[in-house]
Amino acid sequence: MATQQTRTLGRFAVAPSVISLFLWMIVPLAMTIYFSFLRYNLLDPNYACSLMHPDQLLDGANRCLAGFTNYTYFMTDPAFFKAMGNSLKLVAWVLAISVVFGTLLALLLDQAFYGQAVVRLLMIAPFLVMPTVSALVWKNMMLNPVSGMIAYLFKSVGLQPIDWFAHYPLAAVILMVSWQWVPFATLILLTSLQSLDGEQKEAAEMDGTPPLSYFWYIVLPHLIRPMTVVILIETIFLLNVFAEIYVSGTAGTAGNLPFLVYQYGLIANDIGGASAGGIIAVILANIVAFFLMRMIGKNLDA
Amino acid sequence: MKAVVTGVLGAFAFALLATTAIAETKLTIATVNNGDMIRMQKLTDDFTTANPDIKLEWVTLEENVLREKVTTDIAAKGGQFDVLTIGTYEVPIWGKKGWLVPLTGIDDQADLIPSIAGALTVDGKLMASPFYAESSMIMYRKDLVAATGMKMPAKPTWDEVKAIADKITNKDKEIYGICLRGKPGWGEGGAVEGALGNSFGARWFDESWKPQFDSPEWKKALTFFVDMMKADGPPGVSTNGYNETMALYLAGKCGMWIDATVSASALTDPKQAKFADQVDYAMAPDTGNGNHGNWLWAWSLAIPAGTQKNDAAQKFVSWATSKHYTELVAAKEGWANVPPGTRTSLYANPEYAKVAFAKPTLDAILSVNSAQPSSQKTPYSGGQYVAIPEFADLGTTVSQIFAAALSGEKTVDQALAESQDAATRVMTKAGYIK
Amino acid sequence: MARKVSTNKKLIITVLAWAIGLLIFFPIFWTILTSFKTEREAILLPPKFFNFEWTTENYGIVQERSDYLRFALNSIYLALGSTFFALLIAIPSAWAMAFAPGKRTKDLLMWMLSTKMMPPVGALIPIYLIFRDFHLLDTRFGIITVLMLLNLPIIIWMLYTYFKEIPGEILEASRMDGASLVKELVYVLTPMALPGIASTLLLNIILAWNEAFWTLALTTKDAAPLTQFIASYSAPEGLFWAKLSAASTMAIAPILVLGWFAQKQLVRGLTFGAVK
Repeated sequence: MATQQTRTLGRFAVAPSVISLFLWMIVPLAMTIYFSFLRYNLLDPNYACSLMHPDQLLDGANRCLAGFTNYTYFMTDPAFFKAMGNSLKLVAWVLAISVVFGTLLALLLDQAFYGQAVVRLLMIAPFLVMPTVSALVWKNMMLNPVSGMIAYLFKSVGLQPIDWFAHYPLAAVILMVSWQWVPFATLILLTSLQSLDGEQKEAAEMDGTPPLSYFWYIVLPHLIRPMTVVILIETIFLLNVFAEIYVSGTAGTAGNLPFLVYQYGLIANDIGGASAGGIIAVILANIVAFFLMRMIGKNLDA
Repeated sequence: MKAVVTGVLGAFAFALLATTAIAETKLTIATVNNGDMIRMQKLTDDFTTANPDIKLEWVTLEENVLREKVTTDIAAKGGQFDVLTIGTYEVPIWGKKGWLVPLTGIDDQADLIPSIAGALTVDGKLMASPFYAESSMIMYRKDLVAATGMKMPAKPTWDEVKAIADKITNKDKEIYGICLRGKPGWGEGGAVEGALGNSFGARWFDESWKPQFDSPEWKKALTFFVDMMKADGPPGVSTNGYNETMALYLAGKCGMWIDATVSASALTDPKQAKFADQVDYAMAPDTGNGNHGNWLWAWSLAIPAGTQKNDAAQKFVSWATSKHYTELVAAKEGWANVPPGTRTSLYANPEYAKVAFAKPTLDAILSVNSAQPSSQKTPYSGGQYVAIPEFADLGTTVSQIFAAALSGEKTVDQALAESQDAATRVMTKAGYIK
Repeated sequence: MARKVSTNKKLIITVLAWAIGLLIFFPIFWTILTSFKTEREAILLPPKFFNFEWTTENYGIVQERSDYLRFALNSIYLALGSTFFALLIAIPSAWAMAFAPGKRTKDLLMWMLSTKMMPPVGALIPIYLIFRDFHLLDTRFGIITVLMLLNLPIIIWMLYTYFKEIPGEILEASRMDGASLVKELVYVLTPMALPGIASTLLLNIILAWNEAFWTLALTTKDAAPLTQFIASYSAPEGLFWAKLSAASTMAIAPILVLGWFAQKQLVRGLTFGAVK
């Protein structure tokens, strides 16, 4: 359908976003790759350098070449595989929860009932809250084993409160993150549901199609595409979950890859190590994205 | 939409004009959001009326965010701040790097408590001026301890502390004998665990920087800690930080709390604490070796090298840490709210001596020996931390591993073996171990 | 009779939906409630629901300590500014990808998403150094640029999926009528895509409003938004639940209000896009 003219124009139209994103990606990426091969500690730039490589000091003895040290160091970190596992588990669980509960809530909100608009906002609201705030609220006022609301409910029915962050740290983090992202899924799936042809719905009711098979054969196929969008966009954000782990103090047990990179960069001030970790995280994220696209990418065409 | 855009642009232009119209020297001060610093922000009129040409702009942040921002800025020479609030851990490291301007004109410098001034001095020059200082001590509920029929010694050992805690603990009533922090982070649980290690005679490294987590002292210390918290601690120790622990104490859930001496002013404040009139103090526990953990921290004001506004910054730092400021706070908010721990003269003041926690605080600070934190020989100075740049990383990792031991996910032996490996890795990479 | 059944059904669904809605909203409700308690009552056990002494002192303290309006104004600047520029760049792109797709359009889309995969800390120092050298630290322009670039991929994705829904024939018809491309964009496409654009705009405002890593790292005072306002209330020494709750309420209130007014639009807009 596109003519040569529109195609040329299309290139011009795409150019600003591609160029700006390319610069945004390539400049920091190039610097990060460069840093990842340096011994570069923000606080103590030259101690190890002058000690180990007195002949290889760069720009005023601030940094020195490190070869692949940063990479091997990062990948031999006992926390690395655990962090990678936590990253994947977190993404997988929250995605599953978002899609399942998002669909259920969307179906519920799609029904006619009193106060629809208010309930809709109540359910969407968590998505509007800053992650740091959400994490603080959940940690101190909801899940806290002594003063939290959930502990209070447990105690009031005579149960022993659970110390969530000590015994189920990952589950607690998944809960907090899901609380924020289920609403996003709900919102997108709901809008899609509402566009489902009213006539189709009525026809199905007339035919006496049982609700389950109506859902299975008509609603679900209709939702595949928005689900794909939800999964792709959420994956990107979930791969970089940070505040919930940071605030809840579960870094040692539920820490993910971005948290490990954070620990290298802003706690250890090891810019070389954090850069190497960042590069590794990018590679892994791209692998995840690649398989994700292979699995669900075709849904986008329809 | 158009109106909105015009409005936004207009407001933007106005904001630009407004900021350029002021010709006076503007000092950007990075501070931590604790009570004493907030109080200072309210009292700055006293400074600005005396120095009408100086305008103060505050950037108030929680401790960790502050540390990250300030570190990034000073190391990357971003030049965003004129005065920094930093601690005893940063000052010697940054001072040695030449990142801080030596302070001149500090009010009665000889009056500063020697151990504090010493921790802030590099090559004979004072690099940061202490705003307030703290050590650690036991804060306990008189009524709960009395009910056990036992007596809190002035200088208890850990075993005595545990015996009292065992008696106080009543989990059905949600009363816990002892509350301590265990949240990962070198300044959180790490501080408590570091001090605990010191008092048990454990050390992080031997004289040749070989990590010592395989030593019997650490095993004893961590075993004791984990057992005691399991028996007498509240749930959630492994993720409780300073605030969570304080909240527990204030709500009346703890018999004892061993933490920063500055906490006392909150615990005795009836607006915050449930049993404000029942607080008493004792020296932080040792193991009979006279080492009470050597906890020392001073939030201090420093001036980054490269600031264009050195004169104004010097004036401000001098004002904020002066005796005059102390008197100002005392006049406006009472002696109990004066920033503690920095000056000998404060503790000689009979008015201040009436404050119940004044003497215990001073005793705790005077018991500190930063040069020799453990009873064994160490190649490092420090206290609840090790004064080397690599410690922030190592202390965080080790406290994460210890938190897993507290939550029962790892055994004490596993935790110590992992800590030993982690420490060896960090020190090897940093070049201490060849 | 049938009518009766459906009213019953409606009642049951009403109860169910409200129950779930309130459950999901509870943490926010509790935060707002706590903001009206005194610090002592905020940590009191068992928790008090309404039978406490209501106070607004926390709001007073927060406002006295930090100039809320300055932070809020910056948040508004950053959210609107970054959204505006992002849409400016994204609309032509998404249009081109939807209506004049090349062989690599999908790869391009995927690549755009992948620019968001670097953990922010990994790129902090490079960006910080660039900002320092170009004097962009603590400027609204600098942080707006970053937020725009951060959210650009998401915006393009959302717009692309919305635009895909617009039947190409309509555009072709207008082209047959001799409409220029600019006219086609302005008069034909834009009105049809408006709901989609509106909901993308809202989504981006939300994302920009809540972005907490770069806004904390790259601003100090002149350009500091509400994320930094929050960072000065989390975890001080002493009791802070009530004050933190007040600060949190103040930080999320504008976006909640926006969400309330926009929710109909949001739903309508998204309806348009995510569907087949």
